[in-house]
Amino acid sequence: MAQEIGRRPYLREVPRVRWFFDHPRYLRYMARELTCLFIGAYTLLLVVGFARLADGRAAYEAFLAALKGPLGVAFHVLALGFAIYHSVTWFNLTPKALPVQVGEDFLPDWVISGAHYAAWLALSAGMLYFAGAF
Amino acid sequence: MTISNKPIVWGPFAAGGTVTAFVTPALIGITLLAALGHGPELLDYERLHAFAGHWLARVAIVAVVFLSLWSTAHRLRITCYDFGVRADALVATIVYAVAVAGTIASIVFLARL
Amino acid sequence: MSERTFELEVLRYNPETDREPHFQIYSVSCEEEWVVLDALNRIKETLDPTLNYRWSCHMAVCGSCGMMINGEPKLACKAFLRELPVRIRVEPLAHFPIERDLVTVIDDFIGKLKRVKPYLIPKAEKALSEGEYLQTPAQLKKIKQYTLCINCMLCYAACPEYGLIPKFIGPAAIALAHRYNQDSRDGGRAERQQEIASSEGVWECSFAGACSEVCPEHVDPAAALQQVKIASTVDWYQEHLMPWLRK
Repeated sequence: MAQEIGRRPYLREVPRVRWFFDHPRYLRYMARELTCLFIGAYTLLLVVGFARLADGRAAYEAFLAALKGPLGVAFHVLALGFAIYHSVTWFNLTPKALPVQVGEDFLPDWVISGAHYAAWLALSAGMLYFAGAF
Repeated sequence: MTISNKPIVWGPFAAGGTVTAFVTPALIGITLLAALGHGPELLDYERLHAFAGHWLARVAIVAVVFLSLWSTAHRLRITCYDFGVRADALVATIVYAVAVAGTIASIVFLARL
Repeated sequence: MSERTFELEVLRYNPETDREPHFQIYSVSCEEEWVVLDALNRIKETLDPTLNYRWSCHMAVCGSCGMMINGEPKLACKAFLRELPVRIRVEPLAHFPIERDLVTVIDDFIGKLKRVKPYLIPKAEKALSEGEYLQTPAQLKKIKQYTLCINCMLCYAACPEYGLIPKFIGPAAIALAHRYNQDSRDGGRAERQQEIASSEGVWECSFAGACSEVCPEHVDPAAALQQVKIASTVDWYQEHLMPWLRK
């Protein structure tokens, strides 16, 4: 009878931490995931702000003063960049998660993303106006 | 296989991701202006105190804080796993606890106003 | 027809003689319109008949020839040499055990495919005399892109979560479950949810989107998985918060 072939499948290990350096698409994925660090840090900053607000005028104004300066500005600029990257990636992926079929065809992705971008811009402008930024 | 209860944590994550996508950049913009020395009127002590005193504003603030911290927590949990940290139950407990703690803290601070 | 010489660095593995895989370099003269599969065939025919790899249709419909080409999961019959550098690294599809040379063990995927029941489960028994199922163009359009899957497993090779968590059911299997769930003729969603809404199912997905980027048929499994997540979440909250509502 035919000789039985010995099977010995070889399993290649996935490099546990370095795998995301293997391709630009994984780096982009990691950048998107890491936006959460800045959004979380900023939200905690807001919570601290409300704590200072509750502590009275002096404490609150010290908080505002601490925001100023190169470190405060740098944090805000970084946080803003990452927050915008989160918004852009989120709105670009929304049509994938929520397809809308009108009649036979699906609405093109840009319609759904575009509507989100428009709403985002309008809401942001409204928030800034309400805050008295302009 | 049984149906997972993951929706308990994923639902707030998806809601939080949506909320942060819509409001966080503008919020950062507002305090960035303060950091640059051109703080808008709402950040003046009296104005902000009055604003945050309104019950509707408080509900909105707590909701935004909770959803933002929760979606951050969930993403951080996944990212830790992606980076090779295998103790998922421990990581999950820590991150979600911080999110809940931050939310409770915001409720307490607003109540003190 | 002009010929160019390419250097294919191929990962070899003979389970009977090798302790681990190793690269072997072949210098092969290729026509300019060829694909990597043609180069492999010339190597096997003229240089090294012991080289093993799967292939069949040579036109990107059978899904047999998936492999890593310069680190990217591709169908060898769709990887054009004119778009590649002179030195080409060819490895078996990532995240699957190597059987021999470029042939992988695909049992894991086949098992998962079976688990999601990728076939019509009718809502009710229908006698032949009642005639055929009718489906509108709109109903067909709803599932069309997910029907295009050729089971090539490139998505599994690209998925970082499948690489880290082997028990993850994976993009193609879940996308196919979604295809049948969305089919107007089907009544088997509840059965499939037991698998795809489990902890080994859609919840291991982190929406990296690599699967959709490498899919040769533009199935967009990532989209299917997010839709499954949302549907499963709506189900869960409805069941737990409003159990009186019939699904």
